Amino acid sequence: METDTIRRREKQTGWLLIAPALLILAFVFLYPIGRAFWLSLFTQNLGTQLEPVFSGFNNYARMFGDGRFWYSLWNTSVFTTISISLELVFGMTFALVLNQAFWGRGFARTAALIPWALPTAVMGLAWAWIFNDQYGVVNDLLFRLGIINEAITWLGEPTRAMFSLVVADVWKTTPFIALILLAGLQSISSDLYEAHAIDGATPIQSFRQITLPLLAPQILIALLFRFAQSFGVFDLIQVMTGGGPAGSTEMVSIYIYATVRRYLDFGYGAALVTVTFLLLIIAVAIAAFFLSKSRINISGER
Amino acid sequence: MAQLKLQNLRKQFAPNVVPVKDISLTVDDGEFLTLLGPSGCGKSTLLRLIAGLEQPTAGQVVVGENNLTHIPPGDRNMAMVFQSYALYPHMTVAANIATSLKIRKTPPGEIQQRVHTVADTLGLSHLLDRKPGQLSGGQRQRVALARALVRNPEVFLLDEPLSNLDALLREQVREELKELFEKQNKPVVYVTHDQTEAMTLSSQVAVLLDGLIQQLDPPSRIYTHPANKFVAGFVGSPQMNLLALECQGDRAILGDFSLPLPSFSPQPSGIDIGIRPEDLSLATEDDKITVQGSVSLVEHFGRELLVSVKIKGSHHTLRILINPDLQWEKEDIKLAVNPHRIHWFDEKTGDRLNP
Ligand SMILES: Nc1ncnc2c1ncn2[C@@H]1O[C@H](COP(=O)(O)OP(=O)(O)OP(=O)(O)O)[C@@H](O)[C@H]1O
Ligand SMILES: [Mg+2]
Repeated sequence: METDTIRRREKQTGWLLIAPALLILAFVFLYPIGRAFWLSLFTQNLGTQLEPVFSGFNNYARMFGDGRFWYSLWNTSVFTTISISLELVFGMTFALVLNQAFWGRGFARTAALIPWALPTAVMGLAWAWIFNDQYGVVNDLLFRLGIINEAITWLGEPTRAMFSLVVADVWKTTPFIALILLAGLQSISSDLYEAHAIDGATPIQSFRQITLPLLAPQILIALLFRFAQSFGVFDLIQVMTGGGPAGSTEMVSIYIYATVRRYLDFGYGAALVTVTFLLLIIAVAIAAFFLSKSRINISGER
Repeated sequence: MAQLKLQNLRKQFAPNVVPVKDISLTVDDGEFLTLLGPSGCGKSTLLRLIAGLEQPTAGQVVVGENNLTHIPPGDRNMAMVFQSYALYPHMTVAANIATSLKIRKTPPGEIQQRVHTVADTLGLSHLLDRKPGQLSGGQRQRVALARALVRNPEVFLLDEPLSNLDALLREQVREELKELFEKQNKPVVYVTHDQTEAMTLSSQVAVLLDGLIQQLDPPSRIYTHPANKFVAGFVGSPQMNLLALECQGDRAILGDFSLPLPSFSPQPSGIDIGIRPEDLSLATEDDKITVQGSVSLVEHFGRELLVSVKIKGSHHTLRILINPDLQWEKEDIKLAVNPHRIHWFDEKTGDRLNP
């Protein structure tokens, strides 16, 4: 009985303390989401003189036949998958290197963070220039190395444009993954590696049997963060290709932006937002599920 | 027949960090060698050199006929129990024990059988499916042992495996360890800074200080014939009385009293003596060599009393173990010294003088 009242009082205090945060969250998240969903039930575009006309789930039905939407979803998936995979591999490599003791490690750790600290729009502009066909550093280097003898249009050709975007994104966000993984690596006791070495393991076996399983939570967290960010990528694309050429790098966020701001199709835009949001939530929920599972595995208890 | 032999091992980390200076010793099959020494004397470093976790700056590690100095740890066929146990936290107890066998591509059937045999021996059978995080300290310690035993290695290395256990459990596990390793009949190198462990477990004890072996002898001899002042003071509890005395002729002066010197040549002008508290007694009429003083402190030491006596006419204090039933005068207590139980040490080098 005694403990129950204590617990109840603590619970009350708890709710009281998080109430302001909850209110703010409701205001900045819940309300816009609800509002967007409400808006998605209306047709409100130039055809209706920008007046909202209730149309039920028409907007959602329209989505199924909208090839451009599916194309942008495909582009987003390709971009997300490739860039996150590369970032994971490079991030792991950097983390392993930065985890070794070497002269100037502190400096290297700080320097590695610089790309992550830069504003995306700024570094996007820089990469657009780097890949510029006439003045870009990449073409210049390739010329000098004798690999090409006429300028390559990096951002003007679908595959190469996607490639350039991935390069820029990997450059910017690898440090972020490396840092999360590094923190995980540092929490693994060196005893384990020594015991494993005495057990006869090669470094590669140790990496697979000790490092990877013990790093699983950090890997999943990094993937989760990066997936959410990458799926909604906007600024980098907007600055470097604007979705072109011919929509070949148009991501969902770019398409939504165009729908709302360029075609002034508010109802349909809201429907796109709602669906994208749901997709994201589902993906994150799946990842979070695995995350909680791996946590249980690692510590051997809940 | 595998003999572990260390030849002039040295490990230098930095110009003035040399935890292992020059160590040579051999450990035969079935021999239990304990490395005993204060914290930071290089015990763990020496063990890591044997295991191959550190490369020696100079010297060799040899097992049987094979020079293993440049062989990686996994190929040395040595098993090591870490002070922290170093259990793999994401694997079950069974997987922890089986790891070395799996890496060596032992057939699954044999792995299972060996894991179960070892688990039975150590009373771990009901814990095989747990993760290390769900075990008590003593259970973890036994998993770490099981991991070493299952391999059937040529040499066992143990780095303070009992230091994380409470006193009672430690005593119990000590016995188990002794039995276990007597059966194995392999060279065992055991690191500890606990002298009780060293005394009870080992067939040989190497007392280390500053990266050098101070004495390498069976435990009883370490106790009765400490090779120098450091060993004398380090081994034994309560600690041996160590006094620096002046000599006059063939007697060492202790305050208003004197002790007869054995025949040293040349006669020293000063000498260090050591007397264990249990080798002093309350004087009776018959005792020839006696000293007198006043009691400055009485401590309870198990069944006996540890009494500190300030010797008349000097600043020296002798500690003596007394049966609490005996009667004595606080202000004027008379102690008998058995001359055969006095340890004599060189004043400068600290080396033992009497045989
Ligand atoms: N990798 C290293 N680099 C530099 N110095 C080291 C290294 N490893 C150990 N030392 C030094 O070597 C000395 C001996 O260390 P060691 O771990 O062998 O002591 P120990 O006898 O095992 O002590 P303890 O009983 O506390 O475990 C210490 O002074 C330590 O600082
Ligand atoms: Mg140690």
